[in-house]
Formats: sequence, C-alpha cells, structure tokens
Amino acid sequence: MTPITLLIIVLILSSVFYFVGRKRAFAVAGGKGARGLHSLPTYYGALTALWCAIPALLVFCLWQMFETAIVTNLVIRDLPDQIRMLPPERLGLVINDIRNLVSGNIVSGEIDPVMQMAADRYRNVQAISMAALTVIALALAVLAALFVRQKINPGMRARNHVETVVKIILILCSTIAVFTTVGIVLSVLYESIRFFKIIPLTDFLFGLEWSPQMAIRADQVGSSGAFGAIPVFLGTAMISVIALTVAVPIGLMSAIYLSEYAGKKFRDAAKPLMEILAGIPTVVYGFFAALTVAPFIRNSGGMLGMDISSESALAAGLVMGIMIIPFVSSLSDDVINAVPQALRDGAYGLGATRSETIRHVVIPAALPGIVGGILLAASRAIGETMIVVMAAGLSANLTANPLETVTTVTVQIVTLLVGDQEFDSPKTLAAFALGLVLFVITLCLNVIALHVVRKYREQYE
Amino acid sequence: MSNAVSEASKPEKPLRTLDIVNAGLAKRYRAERRFRRLGLAAIIASLAFLSMLFADIFWKGHTAFRQTFIQLNILFDPELIDAENLAAADYNGFIRKALEREFPEVSGRGDRRELSQIVSPGAAFILQKQLRDNPELIGQTLPLWVPANDDVDMLMKGHIDRYAPEGERRLSDKQLAWLKRLEEQNKIQKKFNKTFFTAGDSREPELAGIWGATVGSLYTLFITLLLSFPIGVATAVYLEEFAPKNRWTDIIEVNINNLAAVPSIVFGLLGLAVFLNFFGMPRSAPTVGGLVLTLMTLPTIIIAGRAALKSVPPSIREAALGIGASKMQMVTHHVLPLAMPGMLTGTIIGMAQALGETAPLLMIGMVAFIVDIPGSFTDPSTVLPVQIYLWADSPERAFVERTSAAIMVLLAFLIAMNAVAVYLRKKFEHRW
Repeated sequence: MTPITLLIIVLILSSVFYFVGRKRAFAVAGGKGARGLHSLPTYYGALTALWCAIPALLVFCLWQMFETAIVTNLVIRDLPDQIRMLPPERLGLVINDIRNLVSGNIVSGEIDPVMQMAADRYRNVQAISMAALTVIALALAVLAALFVRQKINPGMRARNHVETVVKIILILCSTIAVFTTVGIVLSVLYESIRFFKIIPLTDFLFGLEWSPQMAIRADQVGSSGAFGAIPVFLGTAMISVIALTVAVPIGLMSAIYLSEYAGKKFRDAAKPLMEILAGIPTVVYGFFAALTVAPFIRNSGGMLGMDISSESALAAGLVMGIMIIPFVSSLSDDVINAVPQALRDGAYGLGATRSETIRHVVIPAALPGIVGGILLAASRAIGETMIVVMAAGLSANLTANPLETVTTVTVQIVTLLVGDQEFDSPKTLAAFALGLVLFVITLCLNVIALHVVRKYREQYE
Repeated sequence: MSNAVSEASKPEKPLRTLDIVNAGLAKRYRAERRFRRLGLAAIIASLAFLSMLFADIFWKGHTAFRQTFIQLNILFDPELIDAENLAAADYNGFIRKALEREFPEVSGRGDRRELSQIVSPGAAFILQKQLRDNPELIGQTLPLWVPANDDVDMLMKGHIDRYAPEGERRLSDKQLAWLKRLEEQNKIQKKFNKTFFTAGDSREPELAGIWGATVGSLYTLFITLLLSFPIGVATAVYLEEFAPKNRWTDIIEVNINNLAAVPSIVFGLLGLAVFLNFFGMPRSAPTVGGLVLTLMTLPTIIIAGRAALKSVPPSIREAALGIGASKMQMVTHHVLPLAMPGMLTGTIIGMAQALGETAPLLMIGMVAFIVDIPGSFTDPSTVLPVQIYLWADSPERAFVERTSAAIMVLLAFLIAMNAVAVYLRKKFEHRW
C-alpha cells in the first residue's frame, strides 16, 4: 500500500464516521430530532470525523518524517563491519547505492551481492514499516472515532468542540508564514556560518576578487577559490541602477498621466495592458534579453565602432527595467490617487496649470509614497534571477562600464547550486552566504519601504 | 493668441501683475503640453515594449508548429526482422536503404553518411513503433513520412541561407542538391508538428516536445493548489475574523507582507536546505516543487483573501450574530461564501505566478534533462518555464523557435488563467 492510498482510506473512513456520528446523535436525541440535542446533528458527525482523521494523520506525518532515518539505521546495522566502519561520507554513498537498487534504477552494471542483500533488507524493513503504519493509523482512526461515538449524548457540546478544533487549525495555518521566515533565516544562516568559519567574514564582504572554483585535489593547479564579493555586489548594483533608470521615469510618468490626465476609457484600457507586463514570467524576459536585446545592442554598438560584450549589463538592465515598469507605475498610481483633491484644487485656485500642480504640489505630497514604491522596485530588481541568469555573465568583473559583462548575486547563487553539490565545500556554502546577503538587503528595503508607505497613508487618512 | 499676449506685454505702462502672468503664459502652456506628451509617451513606450516582446516571440516561434518531414519508401525486410523481438531490428538500416534506393547514384562512405544525416536520428523509433502497432507490415514496402533532421528543417523554414559559402552553413552542397530533388518530387513537406505537443525533452530539436514539462507543471501546480488554497484561506480568515489585536498577530502580519517581497530564489534556498537536505525528500520531484511554490504563493493568496474578507460589510456579520449564529457559523455560512470569489481570484493569480516561476525550482534540481513523461508526484520532472530556460541555453538554431513556441504555450496558459480571474471578478463583483 502506498502512503497516498493510506491517506485516501483515512479520509474515506473519516467521512463514513461523519454519518455514523450524525446517526448516533439522532439516536440519542430520543425521537425529538435535532431539538433534543445541544448542537445541530451535523456537529456530532463532524466531531466524530475530526477525531477519526486527526490522530491518524498526526501519526502518519510523524512516521513519514522519521521513517527514512530509522529504516536507514536498521539497514546500516546489518551491513558487514568493513562497510559500517567507513567514514560518514563514504557510507552515505553506499546508502545511496542501496536506495538506488531499491527503487530499481541500477547505475552500475554488476551488483555487489552484499549490496543486493542490503537492498533486500531495506525493501523488507520498508514493507514492514508501511504495514505497521497502516495498521496503527487505521486502528487509531477507528478506535478514536468509536470512542467519540460512544460519548455522544444529547447534552454534549459538540459545536463548541468542533469550533475549538477548527480554530486551532486556523491558528496553526497562520503560523506557517512565521515558520517560513524562521526557516529561511535558520537555513541560510546555518550554512553561512559554516561558510564564514572557512572564509572570514571580512574577506567575503570586502574582498575584490571572486572566483569560487575550488581545486578538488590538493595538488591541482588552478584557482584556489577567492571569495571577495565586492565585484558581485557592484554588478548587482549596476544592473539594478540601469533597471531603475529605465523603470522609474517611465513608470512614474505613466502613473501621472493615467491618474491626472487620462480619461476613464483610456485608463481602463491602458492599465490592464500595462499590468500584462508584470504578469509575464521572468524567464520570458530572460529569453528576450538574451536572444533579442543583447544581440541588438551588440550590433548597434558594433556599427558605432564600440566593442560591446554579448552579455552586457546594459541588455539585462534594460529588460529588467521594462519588467519593473508596471511595478513602479501601479505603486505610484496608488499614492498619487491618495493625495487629497483639496491640495490640487488649492493649486488650481492660485492659477497653476495642471503640470505645475503636479510638479509642485502633487509629487512633493506623494513623495514618501513614491520613494517607498521605488525602494520596493529596487528590492525586486536586486532579487530578480532569471533575466540576469540568462542575459548577464558569469565572470565577476570589477568594472563600472555598463557595456561589459558583470555578474550578480542571484546569478552566482544559481551557478553555484545548480547541479550536484557537496555540502562541505566553501563553493556551495558561498551560495548560502550570498543568499543571506540578498535576504538581508531585500528585507531591509522592504521594511523601510512598507514603513514609509504606511506612514504616508496615515498622513492623509 | 500668443501674438496678442506678446503685444499686450510690451512694457509701455508700469507693469501690472496680470501682464507678468500673461507674459509667461505661452511658455507655461508649452511646458504643460510638453509634460502631458511626456506622460503619454511613457505609456506608449511601455505598451510598445509589450508589443515588441509579443511580436518578437511570435515571429521567432510561429514556425515551430510545423515540422519538415521526408517521405521514404521503407521496406520492412522480413529477413532482417525477428518477429519475436521487434526491438532488435536495425531500423536505421531500413532508413539508410530507403535513402539509397531514393538516390542510387550516391556512393562512398562519406557521401552515404551525409545522405543519412538529412533524416532525424529519431526516425528509427517511429519505424519501430509503427511496426509494433502493425506487425503485419513485415515484408511490405510502405511510403512513410519521417521527420527530417533539424538542420534540414531550418533550411526549409529559411533560417539557413542556401547561398552562403559551403563552409559557413551546416548543410553541404550535396545535401542541398538531394533536398532540392526531394522537393521537386514533393517528397519533402512541412506538416503539423505533433511531436512538439506530445513528446518529452530531447537532445534532438525535431524530437523535443513540451508535454513532459507540461505534465510536470500540472503536477507541481496541483500540489501547490492543494496546499496553498486551504492554508491561505484559513490564515486570511483567522487574521481577519478571529485574531486578537496583539503583538503576536502583528508579527504574523508584518511577516506575511515581507514574505510577499522576498526574492523567489531565497525560497529555493529554503527548499534546498530544508526539504532536500534536512528532510531528505527526492530531488527534481514535483512534490518538493509544489511545497516551495506553496510557501512562495501563500502571501499573495493571504493578502487577496484578507482584502476579500474586508470588503464584506459588517452588517452581514451583525445580522448573522443577531439571529444567534456562533462566530464560526457566521464566518463559514455567511462571510466566507461572500468573500469566496475574491479569494478564488487571488488564488488564480497566485497560481499563475507559480506557473511562471523558475528560479526556486532551479535550486531544488528541477533542471535535470528528463526525457520521460513524469508519471507520479515523486518522479523526476521539469516544468514549462524551466524547459524554456533549458532550451534557451541550447546551441541548436532549431531550439530557438521551439523555445519561442513553448513561451507561447506558457503565455497562453497564463492568459487563460488571468482571463478566468477577471471573469470571476466581473461576475461576482459586489458593490455593497
């Protein structure tokens, strides 16, 4: 039996017990129907169903979490001594081979009899575990449900019980967001600390050279790995600045036109069209940047006699700018609309033209909100991945020339982590250190931006 | 009018304020018009970018829906086929023989190799499948359409310049001559590219399709929907209807707003460190992809859900409580059904986001080269945007049009989803 089937069986069982509980409620009501009960009969059914499903599901989840570890330990215990005494990382490889044998994708041609035995043992233990889980979960479900059914009586406060359980579930769901943040911080921080134990923090933050390729063997000629992240940070900053120089004027001017000048019809047509830009997947922008914009810039530069890299920061930045235009424009649109009409009327009353009102009254009044929006857009640009992965380069050049290749934090994370990795080399851990920096910077930008925008809203409410 | 103004502003009498104002008026109006045009230009610019993007992708990709096929008279030679073991026969040999019968004058190893290169290496599998489905074909000669090699396809679609010097194009002069002859006999044709919609990934562009990635996307989205919708609705309901106003709920709120703006790649790092390394879940599996995307889309769904709940007027709540409903009954029987369209709209938009997301899935190994169509939630698989990313990196010219075509398919899905969201919003929009 697979875990999915077991889950489905538990759910079916639970819905069966819903009707059992409901029927029982009518039975104990003594002919008076629902009026003889404290709660509506459905609540008695729901209570029985909940008590049928919840313990079984809890057992199921715990089992799934720990099953692999326990099964693996049992199998290792039965391995011959010379394998058991291997260092942990070699042992890990052996376990992997055994698992591969179990799942049937055989990598090597001939199979070691010891491994085959271990694989059989693994399969055996796994089957026993699954059978045990099935029996325990189903028994628990039925017993708990029968117990609740037995307890049903007309005075039982079934509704209150059900509502408490549901409320607890709601609370648990709402804590998932917090756990996600905690998970992000802990996982990134943990690996980063391991990284900073090998490479000092100051070398990472202030070093001027980035070449994360490590020598695999001690005697290998080649780079020993340099982890100075300044070129990576500068590359990120440059592409983001290019993106913002495209997006902020265009986004801001469109927001002004849409909210101050455009008629209702034009607005209704143009706004959704601009929002399409925000809905296009970033991988599409990346394709556009790498195969259309970058060659175009390169060719037009070639005509002017300039030597432009085919992975120039300019191409990636331009396309990223297009991507965040709707971001800037919709945020600015919101804040401009929040400026009270009275301010505009005052300016018109003094004889200002529309553009003067906008430039001297509306924009200054909306400035905090606009700045907040730009900060959010900047955090978006810094964290954007696919466009730069596809259109920006890999080599970390320390340059201020937008026509050259630069690399960004996100590009480095992707290149360091895609493919097979070992989790003890600084090369892999460096990705987490970069991830930590990325998370902290975007978090700061977001917190400031959200704070500014909220303060601004309160000012006019 | 501006003439009148400038005449009136000639300083004969002592200046009045009105004159000063009038003097500057023309300039100010000009500035006004300039400013206005600038705004319009900004909108036109962004719409121009949008149409350029669409036009570029359509232009690059529309040819991928048709594929070049070559008609060959294949003889299923009974002496070379073991009826018991159809897979063992040398199907490439049948194709070579058919080509040699078509061009009897070709001799020499090099030339023969060049000749066999105009047909896709995948054609053998097509013959094998044909024979497996109809074993009675053994011994017959059959005119069959087999896919041409990607270079031939590119030539037929005009992406390879026939007149370029021989060294600079991927087809030799001889191959061009053979193809010309096939063309004259009408034995080379462009037909609807079914493979593109039914096959998995492949190293050969003419055999590559998006079905594998689409199925992977469906599995991943299914998991995402299954988890994020209930959790998102539950969170929104708790925060909006039940949560006391205290420090803890404040933390949750700030948290959700921040999570909405965390770069997606960070969720990928979380998935790698927690789901893969800590819990030991399988790499490249739609389940893990779905989990990561759930965490990523939850904030969107929660924020939309809260907005939907907020828009339900308090009078509904008071009326329900007034006739004796409990708070939970008030929410589940009255408020939630009224807020549901808004929540569904938010969920669809969140799903569209998840469908287009690439970066976090790269981190959890969904970039593997996977030929098979995934059959379960734990099979290694890839998703549409990742497939686009992989193809965009491929050097073959034929992958460019396939990438664009895959983008068109992805955009079609996204547009359909957003259209449903807009329709829902329009249909159930309530002005209280």
